Amino acid sequence: MDAVIENLPTYWRGFTMTLQLLVVSGVAALVLGTIIAAMRISPVASLRGFAMVYTELVRNTPLTLVLFFTAIILPYLGSRLDYIVAAMIGLSVYTSPFVAEALRSGINGVPVGQAEAARSVGLGFGQTVSLIVMPQAFRMTIPPLINVFIALTKNTSVAGGFFVFELFAAARELANANGDAVIAILLGAATLYLVVTIPLGVIAAQLERKWVVQR
Amino acid sequence: MLRWHPASGSPSFGDMEPTQQAPATSNISVRRGEPLVVIDKVDKHFGDLHVLNDINTVVNRGEVVVVIGPSGSGKSTLCRAINRLETIDSGTITIDGERLPEEGAALAKLRADVGMVFQSFNLFAHKTVLENVTLAPIRVKKMSRKDAEAKAMQLLERVGVANQAKKLPAQLSGGQQQRVAIARSLAMTPKLILMDEPTSALDPEMINEVLDVMVGLAQEGMTMIVVTHEMGFARKAADRVLFMSDGKIVEEAAPADFFDNPQTDRAKDFLSKILER
Repeated sequence: MDAVIENLPTYWRGFTMTLQLLVVSGVAALVLGTIIAAMRISPVASLRGFAMVYTELVRNTPLTLVLFFTAIILPYLGSRLDYIVAAMIGLSVYTSPFVAEALRSGINGVPVGQAEAARSVGLGFGQTVSLIVMPQAFRMTIPPLINVFIALTKNTSVAGGFFVFELFAAARELANANGDAVIAILLGAATLYLVVTIPLGVIAAQLERKWVVQR
Repeated sequence: MLRWHPASGSPSFGDMEPTQQAPATSNISVRRGEPLVVIDKVDKHFGDLHVLNDINTVVNRGEVVVVIGPSGSGKSTLCRAINRLETIDSGTITIDGERLPEEGAALAKLRADVGMVFQSFNLFAHKTVLENVTLAPIRVKKMSRKDAEAKAMQLLERVGVANQAKKLPAQLSGGQQQRVAIARSLAMTPKLILMDEPTSALDPEMINEVLDVMVGLAQEGMTMIVVTHEMGFARKAADRVLFMSDGKIVEEAAPADFFDNPQTDRAKDFLSKILER
């Protein structure tokens, strides 16, 4: 326990980096995933096809491979990305198909009549999606989306294996330095992950109650 | 062309200029105004089902047409095909001289001029009643929010739900929701309103409040195509009844003629069934 308290500054450094990875990748994945989901339901067949291939390809690739690509292969090919940025890109891309699939299930849950009504008052495809379908889909998608973000929170730890000093890397460093208190050190790190994920669940429950679409 | 004068309420033959042609070819005397919707040789299949089979008809400006027929006769499909919520396999549909465009901006523009009222209301579930009515005028017609809201309140007043403006659709009764839906389509000042069984999903005690609004619209000269089994509405407000069966228009007559003196066996059979209720 002393080992944990003595090393709080190191934990803090790792924890703030984990939060940064989570927020930046989360927002980027949300944007990317929304675009992919919109393509998935678009009337243009080639966009639908692209979105489907993208979803299947990325979703079925292990995160470690994705980060290996952005952190090691890309620099080898001449990119000068910071490792943190590389990790953020990898995490965003990896998470985006999960966001897209969650949204798609929400979109499928919006009754067809909503889109028909929107089209019949003269809204175009983009307006129908952005003003009518997505706002309702998002609300129904909050529980599965929160699952995606909880998974992302834990997935940020993989970045610790690719030269980013986040919570997992901090725990590893501390465990190496304090061989007598490994269990306490790791429990400390686990607790800090919970500090992020449990509030996420609570926020989800609240949003769900407040935003529920009445039918 | 013979024009219908709303002020006089009926075609005035005395005003005709010498060069004007006789009204459309039909022997039905209630036609007024020039053709607004022209449906020409329209066919559609759902798999093996020939859901629209060589449909030809003309709806003139200011005319109220009721489409009636057994379920599966294609009447809803026809109604939905007119603003291309259903595509057609062949034939043409022309609205106000313009052929129905394929997908895209031109189609959205045309739909903005054609109101649609659905059986299941389809009010935007996450928007208030007022927002439901103002959304399209603001987003499609680029009207200012203030003007759109003023107009919306006027329309909501007219259909009798102005006091519900701040509520969400789910908080309203079915009859109120359908009246909001009518106000929503009127907010775009459409040339034509399509109604697909507007009272079929309503509890009996709410049907009249919606029918009253519809009769009011008809009397003001709105062009309407209404799929309905409400014979009272057809008798009171319709200029013409189209009876459909198995994807075809089987009979086309003024409401009194159709209900009192149907010509075909299928129409007689259908009417006897709905009158038994």
